[in-house]
Amino acid sequence: MSRALVAAIGLASIAAAAAASAEPPAGAASCSGCHPASARVASPVPRLAGHDRAAIVRAMQEFRSGQRAGTVMDRIAKGFTDDEIQAIAAWFAAQK
Amino acid sequence: MKTSRRDFLKLGLAVSSALVPLPAIAQGAAPRVVVVGGGFAGASCARALHQAEPRIAVTLVEPNATFTACPFSNAVIAGLRELGAQQFTYERVAADGITLVRAAATGVDVAARSVSLADGARLAYDRLVLAPGIDIRWGALAGYDEAAAAQMPHAWRAGEQTLLLRRQLEAMDDGGLVVISAPANPFRCPPGPYERASLIAHYLKTKKPKSKLLVLDAKDAFSKQRLFQAAWAELYPGLLEWVPLSKGGAVTSVDVATRTLVTDFGRHQANVANIIPPQKAGRIADAAGVADRTGWCPIDPVTFESKLQPRIHVIGDAAIAGAMPKSAFAANSQAKTCAAAVATLLTGGTPSTPKLINTCYSLVAPDYGISVAGVYQPSPGGQLADVPGAGGVSPADAPRATRAAEAVLAEAWFRTITAEVFG
Repeated sequence: MSRALVAAIGLASIAAAAAASAEPPAGAASCSGCHPASARVASPVPRLAGHDRAAIVRAMQEFRSGQRAGTVMDRIAKGFTDDEIQAIAAWFAAQK
Repeated sequence: MKTSRRDFLKLGLAVSSALVPLPAIAQGAAPRVVVVGGGFAGASCARALHQAEPRIAVTLVEPNATFTACPFSNAVIAGLRELGAQQFTYERVAADGITLVRAAATGVDVAARSVSLADGARLAYDRLVLAPGIDIRWGALAGYDEAAAAQMPHAWRAGEQTLLLRRQLEAMDDGGLVVISAPANPFRCPPGPYERASLIAHYLKTKKPKSKLLVLDAKDAFSKQRLFQAAWAELYPGLLEWVPLSKGGAVTSVDVATRTLVTDFGRHQANVANIIPPQKAGRIADAAGVADRTGWCPIDPVTFESKLQPRIHVIGDAAIAGAMPKSAFAANSQAKTCAAAVATLLTGGTPSTPKLINTCYSLVAPDYGISVAGVYQPSPGGQLADVPGAGGVSPADAPRATRAAEAVLAEAWFRTITAEVFG
């Protein structure tokens, strides 16, 4: 087998794995700046990994409408559409 | 890692003759990403790259064994916090499986795709991420050079400079004059000079109440201005005075021997002088050819790839990120977005359009926090732009309980982000 073919197979398998692993939806990667990724961090800000999907959607929609009081989330939620909120909520809900 | 010049030439030929859009890597080896700079941007990016695709060989190049964080370093200056609380090591980053190279990156050979180190070694890359933070533009302010910084500290890169400014404040007699010089935009941490002024004013009010603090500013407007000014009127009346550009605030030169700051309108002899000087991207940006005439680095807002050099991405304070401020939160946010894009590019995909968030807290007093937040997306003009209707600062009429809550959230943010980046 030629070197080029070996290289091509190696890359193809990496490409397949990348397609299978869910890239974070738009905006989701920023959340862990404040919402701890690790359960070991003590914070009044809730962890989102494994959080109930519907609860994340409801919170974001209520922050956005002003129905729920926030310190910064009211300002941040206004930057996201319903579709984006759904995608972010599904992504976090699927995590452990 | 040692690769001869001949291997690089061979690699170059292999790449240029490849028909596939993927990097043709010799002998089917994993794609190599080198990240230069181990701050909030670089360390975040290295970890996010490894997490996104563990088969990417990630190397983090950083000369220091310990990282000293700038956020909250104003509290160290004001005696409210110890420098140790700002310091982090790279042990957990290395434990992830990231190769740490403790050296200074000195140059980039764009054609050969390699980074050279201070000791002459070279690191080959398929994609390079530069996260060099800031450098001081020595000489941009007449009289202010590296020697001057030992007398009139900038304390804008945390560490020994932070402690020097603190010691000078502690040594000052009650009744002294502290002067801060704030630069024109853009610079690292837009609200930083005003948080610093606030916490130094808090120190003076509690420890040396006959003293005065003057902020000489090269601007007429600044981040969270109305919130800061309302808080200053409430907490530090008669102690803290802000002089904008239009009232003669711009410092045009300094005289180290007499600790004097000179403006077009007069001279201010300080007992303690803090010069926050003009800045530019960290020096590797210049060496790599990714900085433009402004001294900062134009980037693609989807991938953070340089607009000046292919396969080099720039994140954090060094990048021109449109509406995003130069903050640790923004650096971390950009790092994760860039890592996802680089992993996608290296596996032959097309990166999706990102959305990024920034949140910055400032302390006006230990129990008085204010914030600014923003949401950003690539604009048709190729910049990161504010998402209309989102973001903004804390409410002007919030009760003290809200300010206290934001001070608590500020500390929680620092614990959370440093745990993600270094923990």
